[in-house]
Amino acid sequence: MQENELIPHLFRTEYRKIISVLYKLFGIEHIEIAEDIVSDTFLLASETWGQKGLPKNPTAWLYTVSKNKALDFLRRNKVFLEKITPEIEKTETTSQEIEIDLSNKNISDSQLQIMFAICNPCISTEAQVGLSLNILCGFGIEEIADAFLSNKETIYKRLQRAKEKLKTEKIKIELPNQHEINSRLEAVLTTLYLLFSEGYYSTSQNTTLRKDLCLEALRLNLMLTEKKETDTPIVNALLALMCFHSSRFEARTNQSGETILYEDQNINLWNIELINKGEYYLNRASQGNQLSKYHLEAAIAYWHTQKSDTIEKWESILQLYNKLLQIEYSPITALNRTYALSKANGIKEAIFEAEKLNLADNQFYHSLLGNLYSNIDNIKALQHFQAALKLAKSKADQITISNAISRLIVEKENNKS
Amino acid sequence: MKEFLLVFRRDFVLNEVQSSPEQLQAMMKPWQDWMGSLAAQNKLVNSGNRLASDGRVIKPNSVITDGPYVEIKEAIGGYIIIRANSIDEAAELSKDCPILSIGGNVEVRTLVPMD
Repeated sequence: MQENELIPHLFRTEYRKIISVLYKLFGIEHIEIAEDIVSDTFLLASETWGQKGLPKNPTAWLYTVSKNKALDFLRRNKVFLEKITPEIEKTETTSQEIEIDLSNKNISDSQLQIMFAICNPCISTEAQVGLSLNILCGFGIEEIADAFLSNKETIYKRLQRAKEKLKTEKIKIELPNQHEINSRLEAVLTTLYLLFSEGYYSTSQNTTLRKDLCLEALRLNLMLTEKKETDTPIVNALLALMCFHSSRFEARTNQSGETILYEDQNINLWNIELINKGEYYLNRASQGNQLSKYHLEAAIAYWHTQKSDTIEKWESILQLYNKLLQIEYSPITALNRTYALSKANGIKEAIFEAEKLNLADNQFYHSLLGNLYSNIDNIKALQHFQAALKLAKSKADQITISNAISRLIVEKENNKS
Repeated sequence: MKEFLLVFRRDFVLNEVQSSPEQLQAMMKPWQDWMGSLAAQNKLVNSGNRLASDGRVIKPNSVITDGPYVEIKEAIGGYIIIRANSIDEAAELSKDCPILSIGGNVEVRTLVPMD
């Protein structure tokens, strides 16, 4: 790796580890101290490494420097030390020799505890996702703004406000007790789900960034399965869902970033390893008798890893959507259910049902009807595709719809001659 | 939008024969598809419940009888709650209910919110 790439790389991989341990050490009320120490450390790295060359082990260098800076701070600020040492003493050591533990175990324990602290309903879900990206994934403000299709100032303000709120609410960085863990996990999973969706469905053209968001969501979700207290069926269900979806990552866009529809995807590009992992976690998810929306979505995603169109496949998908909609309605679920209906019960019934959906201002509603009407009533199909094109915002969607329109027009010409 | 209770009634005696899992599955599909259709229109408030055929009716003076099918031929087999703009729309939505194809009926009632 080039020297000028090393610091950004280390920033991405190490920032989040050091900051978690320091956050945990200083507590939510003093997170700016932790942030200053880590920023100073990276600043010092870029200055001295440029002049004196790289240290033998850059990661160890960062750990040592940040540890020393934290210790210096504590020694210099006796008042502070007295205030927070009672806290530290209970968990760590004496006030004289404070141990700053940057072992893998303490890093992942701290990250898990911070995950619960951040995913707190007292701040908006948008802020939860943003803070997770910032603190747990080491994303800079600019990257977060890029992912949310927003600007740096908005994101910066949003994150600052959220941190202030966590402070005033005196949120503790700790794992909730066994009674609370399930209800608190819900908020954590919602955030991870949004983080993943942000990457998977985002209209951002930056495919590398989008893939990174998905991988980060996977990594954090995996962390939950690695800790006994949080390794619940519902956590496994969400992880299975992410594995199945991610398995199609390479197949769903072409080199220029255009969407490749499911039907046209090259199965050879599907990631078998991720599909197998998905099945493994889906099996673990089916222990117990809880049926969450993540279970249903994971099961649907499982069927989509089976490319051949069997009756069993589409009937299963239809019934899963029927159940999913009863747990939680969303327009996109309603549209997907109607597509499954066309495969399981026939196109006529699906058109009849689609027209009841009352979603005329949704581009995907028109795309669905355009598809259903194709070869049945091509004039109607064309009208719907044109309506969809008007509503489509992302370039990728516009291209997909335009392709469908030109296919229809070509067929019309062929039929004439 | 108002909420409406749909009560499904049918003759329980007709269906005493034990059904195979495949038959049960085939019987359930129209129900699941219909409920899915209501949910896809965002008109399903509560998926309700199915009711077993046995029951008890309690009357004054500690009189308890088996029922209610002894007295009412059309016993309640289940219920759901839906959302609609009017009782007419709710009735319209009930027209596709699978109970109708096995000789049953649907009663539509407006829920009165408790204040």
